[in-house]
Amino acid sequence: MSTWLRNNPVTALAVLTAALLTASIALIFFYAPVDADGLNQKIFYFHVPIALTSYACFGWGALKAFMHLWKRTPTADLESYVAIHQGVIFGALTLVTGSIWAKVRWGTWWTWSDEQLVLFLVLFLFYCAYFMLRFSVDPGPQRANLCAVYALFGVVLIPISFLAIRLANSYIHPTVFRSSGPAMATSQFATFCVAWAAMLSLAYFLYRFELAGKRLDANLKELRELLA
Amino acid sequence: MRRYAADVAVLARKDLTLELRARDTLPAMLLFVVSTLVVFHFALPKHSSDLAAKGLLWVAIVFTALVGLTRAFVAEREQRLIDGLLLAPCDRSAIWLGKCAAVLAFLGVAELVALPAYAAFFSGIGWSTIVAVVLADIGIVAVGTLLAAVAAVSRTRELLLPVLFLPLAIPVIVGGVGASVAESPGRYLGFLCLYDVVFAIISWASFEYVVTE
Amino acid sequence: MQGHGRERHGRAGQASDPPTEPVLISARGVGKRYGDTRVLESIDFEVDARGFMLVTGPNGSGKTTLLRLCAGLATPTAGELDLRTPRESIGYAGHEPLVYRELTAIENLDLYGRLYRVPERRERIGMLLERFGLWHARNQRAGSFSRGMQQRLSLCRALLHEPELLVLDEPYSGLDDAGAELLDRELAALRPHATFVVATHDPDRVLPLATTRLGFA
Repeated sequence: MSTWLRNNPVTALAVLTAALLTASIALIFFYAPVDADGLNQKIFYFHVPIALTSYACFGWGALKAFMHLWKRTPTADLESYVAIHQGVIFGALTLVTGSIWAKVRWGTWWTWSDEQLVLFLVLFLFYCAYFMLRFSVDPGPQRANLCAVYALFGVVLIPISFLAIRLANSYIHPTVFRSSGPAMATSQFATFCVAWAAMLSLAYFLYRFELAGKRLDANLKELRELLA
Repeated sequence: MRRYAADVAVLARKDLTLELRARDTLPAMLLFVVSTLVVFHFALPKHSSDLAAKGLLWVAIVFTALVGLTRAFVAEREQRLIDGLLLAPCDRSAIWLGKCAAVLAFLGVAELVALPAYAAFFSGIGWSTIVAVVLADIGIVAVGTLLAAVAAVSRTRELLLPVLFLPLAIPVIVGGVGASVAESPGRYLGFLCLYDVVFAIISWASFEYVVTE
Repeated sequence: MQGHGRERHGRAGQASDPPTEPVLISARGVGKRYGDTRVLESIDFEVDARGFMLVTGPNGSGKTTLLRLCAGLATPTAGELDLRTPRESIGYAGHEPLVYRELTAIENLDLYGRLYRVPERRERIGMLLERFGLWHARNQRAGSFSRGMQQRLSLCRALLHEPELLVLDEPYSGLDDAGAELLDRELAALRPHATFVVATHDPDRVLPLATTRLGFA
């Protein structure tokens, strides 16, 4: 069993992810208590874990960027890029789920009073710029350096932006709505944890999957060049 | 340490001399900022508050800084003059610091024109705004100079710099506008200091990686 | 572009240096690629101290990239390049003169003089400008110089700090006969004191000085 796991990590991850996703969906819809908000509140079991996973991806991307700059680990640049790619995907999902929640709750597609959501908007813009940067420089060590530096700026921007948005709210809006709602009961917490595990697993699976694909691409290219 | 300071001084003086002779960046920044303020007058419908105008002042400052920053590494890039600086034994971060000093000077001059113009067109400026402008300038220039070097390497250059820079400028805008309009600007000024320290350090440390091939 | 993607093997030619001289530059399997383009591949050579490596080859064959690697302006993407001399002892003159157009000749050299911490800076600058026939133009903006004068100024800049290693990429380009003779004289005078890596389209001119030769296909 363990040999199979070692030889097929990506497939194993896919299985794990599928299991966790199924479990979390089951828990969300059948186990967790229905709240005053009704069905809309269920979105949080998706929204918050997705948001946290997105942070995790950006953090992992920054870590790999740091490894690239400091240790010159050869695979670090690609890993950093893929991690940030996943982070942006999950970030976009965060914005979408948050937006849906806002629409159902308050009737508007966007609300500036949700600090988390605004932070994600800023980060989303920042990391989209990361891709613009990456695709406007020819591949090579210099591009890796530039992207790594920018990824580190991004991870530093997260807390600073959060502070900024907090501060801004006191001159933009007098009241602050927190989207995560009141403290969670145990059953809610358990559901939340499973959902979070599912999202992390999904992100890691996609990360490994994309990495494997990109490595295959690189190997093929090398082979082609050798044969040419 | 003294050598480092000497290198920075030499490089900063070089950039200031170049601008004094070429006279292309600073006049453009001055004209840009005043034109922008006039545009803002037409962009604010009547009954707009003074506070809205204050917010727009900060927009003007950030975009004027962008105009200056876009020109920051033009010579180094077009004539490969960065090679000359990279061959020299000076620390790479000294190149960044020297360039920051020069860009800061240009931005300062632009603001010496912009702030009185703003006071004339819109409303008066308090001391907290002026302090905020000084603090914000440091952060804008620190991050902007580094990103200008990053953009200079790319194919899209001038297009890329605003895209890279604006998300990082959002905290500066928050700090600046907050300090200009809030009753107790201390928090915002403190925040601007935090931004300056954090991003100056990270820009200073990472410049070397941006310029090496 | 010519020759990209094809293998280029460099072989060191006859070495007439005494074997006791230390090796200043050592290249093993050096390769450099920009994006998808392989500009250099599997380059091996050694340059001894006080040696003179002549690099020849057609346009686009990678000479400029190799010289940039030797000057420390770029790092190889494959293989190992050992540059055993510090940055402040390297002088480089390439296709761009690396002078600021809005600064005068003397201001340009002063800038580099300060950055390289050249002792007795003013005297050295004056001497170099005179040796290269630029003294009369010392207070003119470098942007107003002709191509030949810019090249001479670039050479002044490269020699300003008395480098141990001189990396010259087609130093004769843009020079008129008088300028070329000046350069001949300078190279001959500096020959015993420095190590050279020179790329040129006119190899016969410097062949007598060379100790090794690297040819690009």
